[in-house]
Amino acid sequence: MNQFQYSRPTKQQAAIDAVAKDPNAAFIAGGTNLVDLMKRGVTSPQKLVDINRLPLGKIESQNNGLRIGALALNSAVAEDRQVREKQPLLALALNAGASPQLRNMATVGGNMLQRTRCAYFYDTTMPCNKRQPGTGCGALEGVNRMHAIFGFSDKCIAVHPSDMSVALVALDAVVQVSGPKGNRSIPFADFHRLPGDTPEKDTNLAPGELITAVDVPDGPFTKHVHYQKVRERASYAFALLSVAAALDIDGSNIIKAARLAMGGVAHKPWRLTTAEQMLVGKPATEETFRQAADVAMQGAKSFKHNAYKLKLGPNAIVQALKTAAAA
Amino acid sequence: MNTEPENASPHDDSRRTFLKQSTLLTAMALVPGPVVSAAEAKLDERVAEAIEQVPLSLKVNGKKLKLSVEPRTTLLDLLREQLHLNGTKKGCDYGQCGACTVHVDGQRVNSCLSFAVMHDGKEITTIEGLADGDKLHPMQEAFVKHDGFQCGYCTPGQIMSAVACVREGHAGSEGEIREYMSGNICRCGAYSNIVAAIQDVKKGGQKV
Ligand SMILES: Cc1cc2nc3c(=O)[nH]c(=O)nc-3n(C[C@H](O)[C@H](O)[C@H](O)COP(=O)(O)OP(=O)(O)OC[C@H]3O[C@@H](n4cnc5c(N)ncnc54)[C@H](O)[C@@H]3O)c2cc1C
Ligand code: SF4
Ligand code: FES
Ligand code: FES
Repeated sequence: MNQFQYSRPTKQQAAIDAVAKDPNAAFIAGGTNLVDLMKRGVTSPQKLVDINRLPLGKIESQNNGLRIGALALNSAVAEDRQVREKQPLLALALNAGASPQLRNMATVGGNMLQRTRCAYFYDTTMPCNKRQPGTGCGALEGVNRMHAIFGFSDKCIAVHPSDMSVALVALDAVVQVSGPKGNRSIPFADFHRLPGDTPEKDTNLAPGELITAVDVPDGPFTKHVHYQKVRERASYAFALLSVAAALDIDGSNIIKAARLAMGGVAHKPWRLTTAEQMLVGKPATEETFRQAADVAMQGAKSFKHNAYKLKLGPNAIVQALKTAAAA
Repeated sequence: MNTEPENASPHDDSRRTFLKQSTLLTAMALVPGPVVSAAEAKLDERVAEAIEQVPLSLKVNGKKLKLSVEPRTTLLDLLREQLHLNGTKKGCDYGQCGACTVHVDGQRVNSCLSFAVMHDGKEITTIEGLADGDKLHPMQEAFVKHDGFQCGYCTPGQIMSAVACVREGHAGSEGEIREYMSGNICRCGAYSNIVAAIQDVKKGGQKV
């Protein structure tokens, strides 16, 4: 691993300035992704700004929602009483990710900024437009079992690996950031990017912008929720594909509101708005869920090794909605 | 006392020596040529001088330490190489196996995936700090009683995780234990005995 300068500022502005002024500087929170990438030589920042001394770890109720600090640990958010009561979908998604030890280090901000697990991105001997723009994409003609079926480009077909983010996009979360030009809010759906011609950029954050919190608005999705994660082992593996489902169902089994998103299918957590709209006003039955799954999968395209996702996807959606409805 | 379960029988000393030697041999085989020649020319000492050291206060197994550490030292490497606490194992070195699990301020973490300097002011407990003097921790006893290990390599990490699993209140059922122990991989497949050991400790109701 390269040497780097290390600082642990106690003032937010100092942390932002340190990263904004230096293209080779990076924030570090839990380190569970960044240290991994540094050890493998995928990234080599010359300056690390440790943000753990900034007071950004709180989870609190405010403005008709929950504000979750960027440094709140994944385990702390998943166990938090308010999160479990108001946003059980978020707790489910968090607990489906990584291992208990990792969740004790992984932060909310770091989790949404974790980088793809595409094997070619990790292997520094292979071409990869995301790691090294202009070198090509090893996955396009390679082993692309894990890769995207929506929203990809010919420059990159990687998927975003975060489980938490799939729940956050379904729940209409808003990311609060603070940067050299001040503070701004970014709706979660606009936070991550599709690859286009610049797959090296995962998000719409500007250089030096620090995530300070994520706001999750209160909503009716406190009961009928499910996070369905399909992976190669029973636990502790990244998703081949995942589905976050949340329903609001009235006394006569009619769906009043629905949220649906998928992970492991695109460069960003993939919200399925057309399917959501289709579900509203319909009875919560398997028949309805099947129709929604068909709508959701429209436009999906596979590669040589991930055609199974076209079949797995609708089944996982139906399963997630059924389990949510029964909850 | 040495609380490593792999030292439970007298035969194990020679195996330990062997393991150490073979690790060293593997490590040497992996060292790239330029580094070896730099070492021969004593260039490594000059490199070391140039590296900025960062002050670090830690409490490790109850002992307060004032250290000065190069930022790229992981917590795992600090424990093993500088503090000679070899109970914590290096398995994958990438957060995937759990062999390096320690407690930081009472919470279990993978020590291989964070830089030591990030833990300034924190309290670290390793497998060596779990026993109370000569008295084994109840989880250590349960692992021995239930044959919770075979080669023993994963055992320190398993035990640190097992203690945390009970403390966190996630040892309610076999399924829950398996889920909450899933970050600790055992190549020997000692899982069912590990689950039995954890259930035993949980049922015993002792303070862990
Ligand atoms: C073996 C293994 C298995 C895993 N399995 C899963 C899984 O199944 N599902 C899943 O979702 N995740 C999984 N993970 C990923 C893990 O959840 C992430 O590594 C973690 O959430 C990242 O958080 P962190 O705080 O450690 O980030 P760091 O590694 O500290 O940072 C990650 C990135 O975010 C930036 N950053 C961090 N905080 C901020 C901030 N506040 N503002 C601006 N930039 C910031 C850093 O500069 C860096 O680029 C796994 C990881 C490992 C090692
Ligand atoms: S899919 Fe994206 S991340 Fe993977 S090799 Fe291609 S460019 Fe790189
Ligand atoms: S050595 Fe840390 S998890 Fe494997
Ligand atoms: S006992 Fe051998 S790896 Fe677990």
